[in-house]
Amino acid sequence: MAFESLTDKLSGIFKKLKGQARLTESNMDEMLKEIRVALLEADVNFKVVKEFINNVKEKAIGQDVLKQLNPSQMIVKIVHDELEQLLGSGENEINYQKNRPTVIMLVGLQGSGKTTTAGKLAYLMKNKLNKKVLLAACDVYRPAAIDQLEQIANDINVPVVNMGTNVSPVEISKAAYKKAFDDHFDVLIIDTAGRLQIDEQLMDELNHIKLSINPDEVLLLVDAMSGQDAVNVASAFNEKISLTGVVMSKLDGDARGGAALSVKHITNVPIKFSGIGEKIVDLDIFHADRMADRILGMGDVMTLVEKAQEEIDEKDAKKTVNKMMSGKFDLDDMLEQMKKVQKMGSLGGLLKLVPGMPKVSPEQLAHSEKEMKNFEIIINSMTKEERKNPAIFKYSRKIRVANGSGKTVADVNRVLKKFEQTKEMMKQMESYKKSGRMPPGFNGKFPGMF
Amino acid sequence: MGLISFLKSKFKNKDKSVEEYSQGMEKSRANFSNRLETLSKKYRKVNEEYFDELEEILIESDIGVSLAVKTIERLLDESKKKKISDADQINELLVDILFEDYMSKGNDFHEIRFNENGPTVLLVVGVNGVGKTTTIAKLAKRYKDMNKKVLLVAADTFRAGAIEQLQTWANRLNIDIVTGSQNGDPASVAFDGMRRAKQTNADLVIVDTAGRLQTKQGLMDELGKINRVISKEIADAPHETFLIIDATTGQNGVSQAKAFSEVTKITGVVITKMDGTSKGGIILAIRDELSIPVRFIGLGEGLDHLKEFDLHKYLYGLCVK
Repeated sequence: MAFESLTDKLSGIFKKLKGQARLTESNMDEMLKEIRVALLEADVNFKVVKEFINNVKEKAIGQDVLKQLNPSQMIVKIVHDELEQLLGSGENEINYQKNRPTVIMLVGLQGSGKTTTAGKLAYLMKNKLNKKVLLAACDVYRPAAIDQLEQIANDINVPVVNMGTNVSPVEISKAAYKKAFDDHFDVLIIDTAGRLQIDEQLMDELNHIKLSINPDEVLLLVDAMSGQDAVNVASAFNEKISLTGVVMSKLDGDARGGAALSVKHITNVPIKFSGIGEKIVDLDIFHADRMADRILGMGDVMTLVEKAQEEIDEKDAKKTVNKMMSGKFDLDDMLEQMKKVQKMGSLGGLLKLVPGMPKVSPEQLAHSEKEMKNFEIIINSMTKEERKNPAIFKYSRKIRVANGSGKTVADVNRVLKKFEQTKEMMKQMESYKKSGRMPPGFNGKFPGMF
Repeated sequence: MGLISFLKSKFKNKDKSVEEYSQGMEKSRANFSNRLETLSKKYRKVNEEYFDELEEILIESDIGVSLAVKTIERLLDESKKKKISDADQINELLVDILFEDYMSKGNDFHEIRFNENGPTVLLVVGVNGVGKTTTIAKLAKRYKDMNKKVLLVAADTFRAGAIEQLQTWANRLNIDIVTGSQNGDPASVAFDGMRRAKQTNADLVIVDTAGRLQTKQGLMDELGKINRVISKEIADAPHETFLIIDATTGQNGVSQAKAFSEVTKITGVVITKMDGTSKGGIILAIRDELSIPVRFIGLGEGLDHLKEFDLHKYLYGLCVK
């Protein structure tokens, strides 16, 4: 299948290497070929892919396979490290000014998510960082763009400088800065109109805005669904107005966001934020290491935990997380945990973050919800003892539960198997938590991967 | 005669529409055809490396790895059969193959097919930020100019400012519009729209919907509901459902087309923002996998910059200097 996610693709490749004793030129070549295809399908620019593959190859050949790793783990490690490096270190924090407002300017192509992100940023800074935030509506071209910003700002109770559509964006920015300064705002966020990077007139306008208010941050919005051309867009914006950061938008879809890798690699501008949903809270700091984990099917555990903490009430979340991390849990816990995950909403976004569940299509989502219902029915047909200690399950018990729940023995086996997998996953997560990053050697396997 | 020479002869006396295409796609074309040209200068006779580079050019246009590989394999095959090793001729053969592939996938038609009895309903869908509302304004103008009575239905009740955006266009174009309340049920707006269409004998009803990522099951279900409400009110409606695809879209475009096809019957793709530097090759991948024809192409911000998709002109714009 051509359009599996990169995660699935890499999982498949690594699987192929299982059982092979040594990294050889030929099996590595096959891996690299497949990684190339996977990266291209993830929309990483072909030039970036070339360099990536060459780097991985060089590193793999120059390095001895570590004693404690098997060859496939070694490749995983090299690919992971390389991906992480590609996504880049770099300063991904906003540098706040002390004696004057911090000015943030959002730029990008049409439809990349500037206005939505302006609202999310304002919310984040106001509610999480206690900043006094002012928005400026400088998109005087798209019909109702100002209405859109006004509505969002109104919802989160942030003031907007709105001078209508007959004033030039440069004048609006200047007036907004004056207001921000005079009224002691901490942050001014400038929402600009979408524009093509080849539209000289509009690019000049951006430059004028920039020169007249001297922003601390110029952030480019990059759509996670962007294709090969993302590098050209980013390069042109960077050349014209010197970007200080990138915001990846629409990462909540099933696009692999290869553009993030390309843009970072080509411009070396750090990625600072990622848009992970339509709601005002759905903006996250960008974590390069987590993104690399996620691409490799490690699952973004930390994001999951953070999201859980925000969306479930705090105590509840701590209990869940502790239980998840302790590795000690039974069938009841599994059921409860599955329900919680569902309660968190946007199961699609979350499932993707859970190790061992790399592939999420809409059908699978619907399927997993149905599966959960079935699990619940089956688990409810078990005795307390069975739920606490599933190891006691023999055939006769399975038959009883199957009959009691109106399911088949195969269904019961599925629940038990799932339980084993989940338990395994918990162990992985614990070691992940302890080391704070991907455990070296991966304990021999990724859950659900091999 | 190869397609490029055919096109060259066909477009020797450029008519206005070719020029518009040509202008709109100037930036997309530049890179593609320049690389083809540089390539054929570099290699007078082709070798394996040449085909590798051609494959990269195709991949760079976002047509996707599998279609690129398939196309290059066929190119290798046919060039051997026809004993062609001249670089320019190989390039022509490549364009021929792309052309044939597209045409082999089914009919190629563009204008909205009007329902003979009663209003024709066009449902417009797509992910966030692809240009649905703007495209609707352009389509509304196009058919108003053809003396059709057009009605707009603002069923994007989710995104802030979406209703106002469509309302602004309706006012500018002096076209009737049905709106609901912000965060109201979009299906009920669609229902009102269908009722109004029947009452006022509208020729064409264009229903705007909220942008939705195809992975959001709840939102896709909502779209299914809108679709059902429309069918219930007007038989065989929606008669057309256009999926709007942004030219900058990468391989996710196919996933979009597949997922939207599951809840609505997509009858065409409209590719927007082709005036940028993106090549929009994803439309060829979508055609290849799902046989959906491209109906219109957005070549600029002006209201008249939405054109009928014409494969000849598209490839001409893409491949010919």
